[in-house]
Amino acid sequence: MIDILLDATVRAGTPILFATLGALISERAGIINLGIEGLMLIGALAGFSAAHGCGSLSVGLLAAFVAAMAAGAIHALICVQLRGNQIVSGLALTMFGIGITALFGRGMVGLTIDGFSRIAIPGLSRLPLVGKAFFDQDALIYLSFLLVAVIWLFFYRTRWGLNLRTAGENPAAADTCGVPVERYRFLAVSVGSGIVGLGGAYLSMAYTPMWIENMSAGRGWIAVALVIFACWSSPRAMLGAYLFGGITALQLRMQAMGTEISAHILQMLPYIGTILVLVVSTLRLQKGAGQQPESLGLPYDREDRK
Amino acid sequence: MKVTTRFAFFIVFLALALTGCNKQEEAVSTKTAEKPAPQAAEKQVKAGFVYVGPVGDGGWTYAHDQGRQAMEKLPFVKPSIFLESVHEGAEATRAITGLVNKGCNLVFTTSFGFMDATLEVAKKHPDTVFMHCSGYKTADNVGTYFGRMYQPRYLSGIIAGKMTKSNIIGYVGAFPIPEVIRGINAFALGVRSVNPKAVVKVVWTQTWFDPGVERDAADSLLDVGADVLTMHQDAPATLQAAEARGAYVIGYNSDMRKFAPNSFLTAPVWNWGALYTKVAAEVKDGTWKSRQIWWGMDKDLVRLAPLSDKVPADVKALVKEKTAAIVAGTLKPFAGPISGQDGKEVVAAGAVIADADLLGMNYFVAGVQGAIPK
Repeated sequence: MIDILLDATVRAGTPILFATLGALISERAGIINLGIEGLMLIGALAGFSAAHGCGSLSVGLLAAFVAAMAAGAIHALICVQLRGNQIVSGLALTMFGIGITALFGRGMVGLTIDGFSRIAIPGLSRLPLVGKAFFDQDALIYLSFLLVAVIWLFFYRTRWGLNLRTAGENPAAADTCGVPVERYRFLAVSVGSGIVGLGGAYLSMAYTPMWIENMSAGRGWIAVALVIFACWSSPRAMLGAYLFGGITALQLRMQAMGTEISAHILQMLPYIGTILVLVVSTLRLQKGAGQQPESLGLPYDREDRK
Repeated sequence: MKVTTRFAFFIVFLALALTGCNKQEEAVSTKTAEKPAPQAAEKQVKAGFVYVGPVGDGGWTYAHDQGRQAMEKLPFVKPSIFLESVHEGAEATRAITGLVNKGCNLVFTTSFGFMDATLEVAKKHPDTVFMHCSGYKTADNVGTYFGRMYQPRYLSGIIAGKMTKSNIIGYVGAFPIPEVIRGINAFALGVRSVNPKAVVKVVWTQTWFDPGVERDAADSLLDVGADVLTMHQDAPATLQAAEARGAYVIGYNSDMRKFAPNSFLTAPVWNWGALYTKVAAEVKDGTWKSRQIWWGMDKDLVRLAPLSDKVPADVKALVKEKTAAIVAGTLKPFAGPISGQDGKEVVAAGAVIADADLLGMNYFVAGVQGAIPK
């Protein structure tokens, strides 16, 4: 039973994990992105329609990444180059994503594709408990594992990662050292948005291979909250996404197994979990561990004098 | 970058975003004027439809739109107007008023949440006929309509009861409201009529529409041994879950067999055209009267989608026989004896649950495993 539960946890958590990783990269560079929900939908539709049109899942995945990255670039342009309000621009991006995918997605409703299927890794997939959950999954899930590691290494083991973090902490200092702050911020928001798009593609190409209007159903907003829970660190984002996915999977299975607990209470579990975890992580934040990037949400203009 | 330029850019972007967001679009159907010119005396019907979702949802709204198209084939019906993805609330009032102002003399509002808006607009336009789907409030010019979906649900239960080997059948339910509970009970009664050992396990998703959660709920039922699934949801994710694991599945709303080509058995589906053509004819003749319509399989408002070739011939014959009995009125799914989950009798032999009680049904019958959250 535990192996089945873990498997369901990973599958339910993966779209949120991609979205959280994308949002995290953007916030590390100091730009808040509230457009996650819209970007997921753009990724989901672009991925599905490209995969349907070309008959290739890799083309679909690429399309999801590029389309979401292009939409994210609008947000980057407004927040970085034009120094607009990041909250308003992000919210507008979400509305834009919901609307434009509803419009262009009409022809895609009711179509089907063969989604990503499971690839078992020989040997490892037969491990007890964790084998099925971590080593018998589809390619996108393996990609998410890889991304978690790559993002961590990038931030803490490369000069570019250090520069990017500095651009988010203290852009003036970074600028003084010759770091092209605007370029780093622009790229972080765009690439991060592309990764969010992969989360959408996971929904429309692996989890439930179909396109339906608004199919992300609020997962983007969960990701926005999880970035804070994760203290802007990718391994913790993984933990948070799986925690959330796990509680959802658990409450459905508790119903299926016939517990006497009210479905309303079971339904609240993921949200109660989120609140508890936020409280705990905020307490830890106050102790100084994993602060939020100091210049998060602040536009940087070299000519501004403080 | 000056503040003014920045501001202008922002306004443009916001305007763009809002246009994108405003997905409610007015669409006049492409019906051409090829039909013969009507006689001057004959009254023309111009119908308007307010939909809660997009016509491409493949489910609820899609089924209504199929009905609208069927109605348009009538010679005295002018091209109709429909509004998609209308939010329940103030926007609905505006949408309905807009349809009346465009000359509609018959307006259908197809979601429970449009009830008060429909009555509000109807009061100001006494010459227009309003029909509200699934509500309970009427007025002189407002009628309600709905279908006895529990009848084809019962029939699909017979198929599930015959097809299950593990004697566990999974049911993915949206919200614990009478409409869904009634469907689950009818299904379970159908299952038990042919297979007294089988149980129907229910999992609530608490959403009409979240493909991911629906998929996970379906998986959780498969994990506890269900080998036939059915659902009361708007997305076809349950079908995909069954297909992926090789279990049988029964759909809902519309024929969704392409989402599960190897697993699909059948689906209880809507045929709104039967009702829309009738109401349009009544409005044309001036015989329409406000009332609460609750039609069943006898009027072909609800039906069972064609059974797939996975259903054996003897089961097909049985379903055909039972369908005829329901249409003839000799078989009533909610006829006693019926016992509740605790085994106590709720309906005595010879009695039938009254319509009013069906509309407020809030308990499970024997054979259903699951709880109705209180």
